[in-house]
Amino acid sequence: MAWVTWRQHRLTLIGVPGLLGALAVYLLIAGLRSHRAYAALIACRPAGSPGCGNLGAGFSSTYWTQADIVLIFLNLAPALIGAFAGAPVLARELETGTYRYAWTQGVGRERWTIAKLALLAATVTAAAGALSQLFAWFFQPFLGQENLTVLAASVFGTRGIAFAAWTLAAFAIGALAGLLIRRIVPAMAVTLGAYAGLALATRVFLRERYLPAVVTSNPDFSSRPGTGGSPWVLRTWFTGPGGRVTSQPAIDRLLRAYQPGGRSAQAPAANDLARVLAQHGYTQHASYIPVSRFWPMQLIEGGWLLALSVLLIAVTVWLVRRAA
Amino acid sequence: MNVLETTGLGKRYGRTWALQECTLAIPAGRLAALVGPNGAGKSALLQLSAGLAVPTAGTATVLGGRPAGSRAALDGVAFVAQDAPVYLSLSAADLLHLTRNLNRRFDQRYAQARLGELGIPPGQKAGKLPGGQRAQLALTLALARRPQLLILDEPLARLDPPARQDFMAAVLTAMAEDGVSVLLSSHVLAELERVADYLVVLSAGRLQVAGEVDGLLARHRVLTGPAAEAGRYARQLPVVQARRAAAQAHLLVAAGGPAEPAPPGWEAHPVGLEELVLAYLRAPGAAGRPGPSLVRDGEAAAASR
Repeated sequence: MAWVTWRQHRLTLIGVPGLLGALAVYLLIAGLRSHRAYAALIACRPAGSPGCGNLGAGFSSTYWTQADIVLIFLNLAPALIGAFAGAPVLARELETGTYRYAWTQGVGRERWTIAKLALLAATVTAAAGALSQLFAWFFQPFLGQENLTVLAASVFGTRGIAFAAWTLAAFAIGALAGLLIRRIVPAMAVTLGAYAGLALATRVFLRERYLPAVVTSNPDFSSRPGTGGSPWVLRTWFTGPGGRVTSQPAIDRLLRAYQPGGRSAQAPAANDLARVLAQHGYTQHASYIPVSRFWPMQLIEGGWLLALSVLLIAVTVWLVRRAA
Repeated sequence: MNVLETTGLGKRYGRTWALQECTLAIPAGRLAALVGPNGAGKSALLQLSAGLAVPTAGTATVLGGRPAGSRAALDGVAFVAQDAPVYLSLSAADLLHLTRNLNRRFDQRYAQARLGELGIPPGQKAGKLPGGQRAQLALTLALARRPQLLILDEPLARLDPPARQDFMAAVLTAMAEDGVSVLLSSHVLAELERVADYLVVLSAGRLQVAGEVDGLLARHRVLTGPAAEAGRYARQLPVVQARRAAAQAHLLVAAGGPAEPAPPGWEAHPVGLEELVLAYLRAPGAAGRPGPSLVRDGEAAAASR
C-alpha cells in the first residue's frame, strides 16, 4: 500500500513538504538577518533614548511586514492542507467512480483506506511540525518588538505542537468531508468552512478556558524583553471605594472629571490614569493568563485536536466499510 | 461448488428497491448471462456479488460460501464495473504495478503479454486509450489476478462490434484455459446467445428466470395451432406468452420436453434463447404463476449439499 499511496498521491507527498520546505528556506535566510538586527537592537545603549527608539522603528518597518505575511499564511496553512491534501483522497475515488476498482481489489477497502490516510496524515503532520519549530525561532524577535505574546490568538497556533495538531485535524476533517460529500470541490469548500469554524470557536471561546484565569489587583503588564511577551489579558475592570464593580462608562466619566486642565491634545498614559483612579480609591483588577501557561495550554490543545483527528479518521474508516 | 448463491437478496436505495427477493445458485464453470431491461437491478446484483454494495435484505455468498465482500471473497473474485473504471492518469504499466500491490496473486507475465497482444504501450496513460482498449486493459487487470469468478457489468455496452468480439474472445479463452467462471450482464442478448451456459433474467428488480440454458431451452417450446382452440389450451398449460396472428396462435409454454407430443392439430417448435427471454420480459407475471414457471436448476444442487 505504500507504493500505491505514493503513486496516487505524489502531488501531496511531494507538494506539501516541498512548499513548506521552500518556506523554511526563506524563514532561515530572512530569520538570520532579522535575528542579527534584533540583537543589535537590544544591545542598544542607553535604552529608551530616541536613538534606540529609531532603531526599533527601523527594525519594525524593515522586517515586520514580511513576518506578518508569513504569520498570516501559517494561520491559513492547516486549512489549505486539509482541503487540498485531505478532501480529495476519498472524494476523487467516489467522484470518478474508480472506487469500484479500488474497493474490489484483494486488499479490501478498510486496509486501503487506513493505509492511505495514515501515510498522508503522518507526512503532512510531520512537515507541519518541523516548519512550526523553525517559525517559532524566526518569530522570536517580533514577540517583544511588536508587543505580541506567545498566547496571542494568531501566534499560539503556529508554535509548539499546536500547528502540527491543527494540520492533522484539518486533514482528518478533509478526509471525512471527502467521503461524505463525494465530490472534490464541494468537499474542499466544506473542509475550509468547518476548519474556520473550529479555529474561530477555539480562539474566541475555548482557549481561554483551558485553565482557570489568574485574577489580580493593580496589575502591571509592562512587557519585558525576552520573556516571550506580556500575558494574555482577558478582562479588566475597576472597583470603587466601597468594593463594588464600577462600569466602564462611569470610569470614563470619572477620568474626564479628574483630568487636570480639561482636555489635552495628547492622551495621558495608562499608568497615569491608573494612578489618578487609585488616588481616588478606585482599584483596577484583571483576569489574565500568564505566559508560563503556554506549554500546559499547548498540551491541552494538542491533546484534544489529536483525539478529534483520531475520532474523525475512525469514523471515516467505519463509514467506508458501510459505504454503498 | 456454486460461484454465487443468494438467498432473498434485496437492495434498496433510498426508498426504491433496486432488487428484491433474489434467490439464486449459479454453479461453477459457467458463463452466466444476466439479462434484463435497464433498471432491472442487474448492476445491483453484480455489485452485491462483488462486495461493492451491502445487502439491505438477504445474503450473498460467493465461491462456495464466502460472504460477498469479505477478504476471502475479494481474493477470488474480480470485478469490472460499467465503463471499465481505471485511473485515467496512470499509465498501463503503473496500473499493472498498482493491481499487483493491491492483490495477493498477480500474474505479471500474463498481464504484460496481454498488453503486448492488445497493442497497448506500457507507458501510455489509460485516459488516452480508446474505449475498446481501455476495456481490454481493465479486463487484463482483472484476469491477471487469477480469479475464480469474474464479474463484468455491461462490458460490451460501449464497444464497437470488433472490440466486442475481441473482448468476448479474451473472456472465453480465460474460461477455457484457466477455468474462470464468468458472470456478466448485458441488455443485448443476441451477442451472448451462443456463449452463455447459464441464464438469469431480471425484470423490475425481481428474478424471473434462472437456470442452465440447455435445460431452459429443452423445457420450453412454441405450440402453433388454430386460434380458436388457443383459449382452451392456455388454461391447461403454463403459457408464458401467447401471440395471435389471424387464424393461428403461437403459445410459448413452459412445460413438456421435446419427447412429449403436441396436442392434436398443433405443432411444437423449439425456442431460441432470445425469444425465450423476450417472452418472459414481456410477461412480468410469468414468473409468479403457479407451476414450473420459475426454473432453477441450481436449486436442486444447493439443496442436496
